[in-house]
Amino acid sequence: MIKTDVLIIGAGPTGLFCAHQLGIIGLSCEIVDNLDKVGGQCIELYPDKPIYDIPAIPECTGEELTDNLIKQIKPFNVNFHLNERVEEIKKINTRWSVKTNKNKEFDVASIVIAGGVGSFEPRKFPLKESKKFEGKSLFYSIKDKTIFKDKTISIFGGGDSALDWAIELSETSNVNLIHRRDGFSGAESSVQKVKELNKKGKIKLFTKYQIDKIIGDKEIELVKIKHDDGEIKEIRSDYVLGFFGLVMQLGPILEWGLNIDKKKVDVNTENFETNINGIFAIGDICSYPGKLKLILSGFHEGALAARGCFKYAKPDEKLRFEFTTTSKAAQERLGIKK
Amino acid sequence: MPKITYISEDNKTITVEVQNGLTVMEGAIQNDIPGIDADCGGGMSCATCHVYVDENWLAKLPQKEDGEEDMLDMAFEPKKNSRLSCQLIVSDELDGLIVNTPSKQG
Repeated sequence: MIKTDVLIIGAGPTGLFCAHQLGIIGLSCEIVDNLDKVGGQCIELYPDKPIYDIPAIPECTGEELTDNLIKQIKPFNVNFHLNERVEEIKKINTRWSVKTNKNKEFDVASIVIAGGVGSFEPRKFPLKESKKFEGKSLFYSIKDKTIFKDKTISIFGGGDSALDWAIELSETSNVNLIHRRDGFSGAESSVQKVKELNKKGKIKLFTKYQIDKIIGDKEIELVKIKHDDGEIKEIRSDYVLGFFGLVMQLGPILEWGLNIDKKKVDVNTENFETNINGIFAIGDICSYPGKLKLILSGFHEGALAARGCFKYAKPDEKLRFEFTTTSKAAQERLGIKK
Repeated sequence: MPKITYISEDNKTITVEVQNGLTVMEGAIQNDIPGIDADCGGGMSCATCHVYVDENWLAKLPQKEDGEEDMLDMAFEPKKNSRLSCQLIVSDELDGLIVNTPSKQG
């Protein structure tokens, strides 16, 4: 059981800055995120793409923004629980008991949901039969690449994951790479490498084809792929891999009794608390009149939600408004020595 | 105001008026039209506002940017007439546009 003042769900920019604001006012927090790294959509969707609308930062990438936020909260020694999803919350007297899918338990005064548009999950094949093979001979991510040795693998997709795995697995396996068009969205150097390997016969390339059917009893035997012009090809495959990026699912949050409309949680704009006392929602996941899905709005929401958390964490204390430029307490918390 | 028609996978047809300058995605969200999620809010970074454009309209639409085509790789069951509705800006020229929403967005 981990006891802390606030549990933040989501390690995107909004969650990170909220941790900073909690730290400044002297509250402790821990952050849970379903992804394997910190940064949320910034890191998962656009690490290299420039952002131009962070106040006082004319231009930075998603990765730079994340790195700077991590640096900014360093003094507060915030613990991250990555690869973990919050499953259950339960009110116990005045506090919340929170459980993750890995059975970790938290005892907190309040919860801040900064979950973006939900947890990222791999986008799957549109075929019914794909489910029966999933996790056995059909995968959306690779945990153990040794199982593919000397086997025939059909990889679907045209982004970096599809290309990188096609290149890597081509060293030890027979690789078919199937993509819906001639162009690829992955890095140009990888595209060139795939084309080279294709010429050398190391990778079989099928473009303008999409998956049509997967055939097999317990294990996959072959996949049928369909060309844009309707032609169908059968290719023998031991394994099928699909790399179509990630989709966001709201998941267990739907079951907590929050007012949710169109995958967004209703909040007030005074402190971004939801209809349930002690549960706040900030960033892309929250909804109120005039809501803008901008990172800078998330920062503002996090600052106010942090103050909203104070009365639950320290009911007997009064929060005084202070500036970091002049507050001795805030500077001590930031570890600034004078 | 231009009229945009959204047809769902089970053939339910909804026609709404959408202001010039809004996107076909925004037209759907504002009018509670099911089948378009638009998780990222129009940033061309999620492919959950994917639509199939009526064949008669396909050639009349502005060309796709590279980023849209890249994102469509991630869409659920993309076809030749696939577009991201957040990239289709409503104008008088698009009055009468018909789009079909897919069975799933993700």
